[in-house]
Amino acid sequence: MSGYLVVAYLSAGVLFIRSLGGLSKQETATQGNLFGIIGMVVAIAVTSVAWATSSDMSARMNGLALLVGAALVGGIIGGGLARRVEMTGMPELVAILHSFVGLAAVLVGFSSYLRPVVVETDALRHAVHLAEIWVGIAVGAITLTGSIIAWAKLKGSMSGKPLLLPGRHFLNALVALSIVGLAVPFGNTGVEQGIIYLGIMTLLASLLGVHLVMAIGGADMPVVVSLLNSYSGWAAAAAGFMLANDLLIVTGALVGASGTILSIIMCRAMNRSILNVVFGGFGTGDSAKPAAGGTQPEGEVTEMKADEVARKLLEARNVVIVPGYGMAVSRAQAAVKELTSTLREKGVNVRFAIHPVAGRLPGHMNVLLAEAGVPYDIVLEMEHINADFPNTDAVLVIGANDIVNPGALDDPSSSIYGMPVLEVWKSKLTVVFKRGMAAGYAGVENPLFYLEGTRMLFGDAKKSVDALVTEVRK
Amino acid sequence: MRIIGVPKESLPGEKRVAATPESIKKLKDRGLTVRVQKGAGAAAGIDDAAFAAAGAELTDTAPFDADAIFKVRPPTLDEVWKIKEGAFVVSLIQGERNPGLVDALAGRKATVLALEKVPRVTRAQKMDVLSSMANLSGYRAVVEAATHYQGFFSPQITAAGATPPAKVLIIGAGVAGLAAIGAARALGADVRAFDTRAAAREQVESLGARFLEVKLKESGEGQGGYAKVMSPEFIAAEMELFRQQARECDVIITTALVPGTKAPVLVPRDVAECLKPGSVIVDMAAEQGGNCELTRPGEIVVHNGVQILGFTDLASRMASTSSRFFAMNLVHLCGELGKGETLTIDLENDVVRPALLVHEGKILPPPPVKEPAPAPKPPPATAKPVQQQITSPTRRAWGSTVGGLAVIVILFVLGRFAPGDFLQHSTVFVLACFVGWQVIWSVSPALHTPLMSVTNAISGIIIIGGMLQVGAGFDVASILGALAVLFAAINIAGGFLVTQRMLKMFRREGPAEPAPSHGGGHK
Repeated sequence: MSGYLVVAYLSAGVLFIRSLGGLSKQETATQGNLFGIIGMVVAIAVTSVAWATSSDMSARMNGLALLVGAALVGGIIGGGLARRVEMTGMPELVAILHSFVGLAAVLVGFSSYLRPVVVETDALRHAVHLAEIWVGIAVGAITLTGSIIAWAKLKGSMSGKPLLLPGRHFLNALVALSIVGLAVPFGNTGVEQGIIYLGIMTLLASLLGVHLVMAIGGADMPVVVSLLNSYSGWAAAAAGFMLANDLLIVTGALVGASGTILSIIMCRAMNRSILNVVFGGFGTGDSAKPAAGGTQPEGEVTEMKADEVARKLLEARNVVIVPGYGMAVSRAQAAVKELTSTLREKGVNVRFAIHPVAGRLPGHMNVLLAEAGVPYDIVLEMEHINADFPNTDAVLVIGANDIVNPGALDDPSSSIYGMPVLEVWKSKLTVVFKRGMAAGYAGVENPLFYLEGTRMLFGDAKKSVDALVTEVRK
Repeated sequence: MRIIGVPKESLPGEKRVAATPESIKKLKDRGLTVRVQKGAGAAAGIDDAAFAAAGAELTDTAPFDADAIFKVRPPTLDEVWKIKEGAFVVSLIQGERNPGLVDALAGRKATVLALEKVPRVTRAQKMDVLSSMANLSGYRAVVEAATHYQGFFSPQITAAGATPPAKVLIIGAGVAGLAAIGAARALGADVRAFDTRAAAREQVESLGARFLEVKLKESGEGQGGYAKVMSPEFIAAEMELFRQQARECDVIITTALVPGTKAPVLVPRDVAECLKPGSVIVDMAAEQGGNCELTRPGEIVVHNGVQILGFTDLASRMASTSSRFFAMNLVHLCGELGKGETLTIDLENDVVRPALLVHEGKILPPPPVKEPAPAPKPPPATAKPVQQQITSPTRRAWGSTVGGLAVIVILFVLGRFAPGDFLQHSTVFVLACFVGWQVIWSVSPALHTPLMSVTNAISGIIIIGGMLQVGAGFDVASILGALAVLFAAINIAGGFLVTQRMLKMFRREGPAEPAPSHGGGHK
């Protein structure tokens, strides 16, 4: 590798780091994205030059056609996806993009096995190279199929229910062991035999990816998507090892760390460990299973009609809106934005409280609200707003349930006990927008609904918020 | 049971009315017709037009011919004879003080719900007129005291001299007592309160008043949230306390009631005489005989310069609000009387049954007393499991330490056996992981979705792996490489474009924060 290539890769790596660092604030985020684009352009341009100058160009017109064609088709597809996707569909897009990274890693792995960039003569080096290919393809295949399953589950074309095969831990262990075990004969044969081993291993890793994600419930998809995000990074890093390319290693490590951190945050926000999410088979998704523990709350629910809620809102000084995925499902964001701006014009201080696991992707709610036109400086994280609830006159809980469950704090028998929640019940009035009395994702009864300061506004979230807007404008 | 009659209250000085336009609308929603006597709401500030606008029928005479009568005060015997046979009567009855009334109602084959008998359980709170009226009365008692007291309630420091805050003693910290504490505190007075129930302490203190205690320990917790009658020793100690307090206090408000019997005398003549001239006693139990020995119901007694207010119409003095609350309590009670356009009695209903004195002409014995279900426990003020810092890397520092040590050990092992350039790549890898770890923790949680899409885009860097694999022609390795390029290109284009699209949506409303400082580094 010549000097200018190293320097170019170094600067691309630095630009990627700046790109991620830029996301620490909304003000610098766009700039960060720009850094990322520049880094990518630099990396591709320099690699293209290196590719073009590595040998006689005229002999490689077919290769050039392949390259340009593939890049163009991919770019056009990607651009189309990015333009067309709705913000509610972001989780699906992110999931499917993860699978592409996995697929690319598998393809690069096979290609690299068939025609190594550097032919290793030293036996040890050759063994290390084979191991790198083996690991890279395995991680890539797991990411590929796992992400496809996650995509299908998020899209709803596959049930959110976890598929719990009998002895699934044993199955997983068996497949994992065979992947490791097959590496031995693979290392000791030539290319003709080896490619068969590689194929079998890819198939096994793909099955492992499918099975792992099938066993995870719809409610845990945000964690799974974050985990797959980190896998896609590790797959890229593994590809870097097999191609001896530092830029791939650096970028892969950055992405891997990012996905890991997101998974950690999501797990902390649910008070569960990653192992529990991956192997727990928890979170039944759309099927309301009977209360998984939790004391049956006493008392009764009190309804409040839209006109009365509107009056309370107009009397209030501080209002906090807690959105959940239910808001996105009924497409109430625009109506919520209308309500917010109308109330703010009338001098009511309206803010939003976002729980880390609200929505189906980390930060999903923020994007949905931003799309609706809610200014981001009134959208606050749980840690910043929880202390403000005692001074809040009214809280509107729209399409959220488990993230406002007081049982998480005071009912040790509840299955979500210990999960940090938004303490909305400390406010003077909590209005819960709900279609019916069904339990949340976790299938746990919510004592919040039975508290004295809680009122229920039954009905479709969008219609209820629309009605509120009409009443408030009167 | 389709027509509800709301007569004008006949008791002199009673200004309240049992229906308001708001409650009439709710009753109409379930299909009931409401007939209101003209002028019924005049004293409460509701004119006939407002009733009509809400959909009520107006009548010139009291609509006792209706299927159900809603009233505030117990009906008089004269009124009972006008009630249609078999009608519902929903009103305060106070049979102990109105002998013959229940029998007379039974004689009309009426079904009678006595509002004062609605049980004091959580579920029935919204139907409990005693609580809603007590709340208003407690507030009004303080306002009346302030009117008759000839000084400031709040401390004053003026050029012409300074006065200390008025000292207010409130006896009995039930609904009325707590409302009185709140009102007196709001006026700036120095408030102390006494209650025999230890449970009242927290509530009293939360309102900013001092909780007084006698030396003797005895629980006064009685049934249904009322206090029970105490032992003679306790009462003696209590009197001593009150005498002491009376010497300092300017205002005493008594709210002590024991259900069904005469109110206990808590301020006997000698305690009242301890007060300074100009002081005020408001006796909220005047109607039940009074907590003060000198009280005369409905009158102001002046004794040694101390004014003793025995008003029995405190709630009625706030007729507009009290009518609203009273009427809504009745609407909620109707919610227990079946659904749709008829009112029906369910003898098993644990709220209706205790209030039901007469059922279709039969006088019912009081229901067996059930242990009241404990009120739903409010969530703890302080959360038990501490809400963790979620988006901070610092938790479990030992975890990272152990992890770091493990990485070092692995590197040592690799350094011993692995080829040199592999080791070099591993170094790069580990360093990059640490850089990523540091940088990503500082990403705002609000931007986690753009973070994921941008990492989608940059993990498309695998494109250069694909590029390097494309060789001269259409061999398998080249085609695989080209396919990798294709998919990676989707990621790059898709990831960056969608991130751009998302980030453009984020806009702020307030003024921008000071220019962002440079450099990543976590906070």
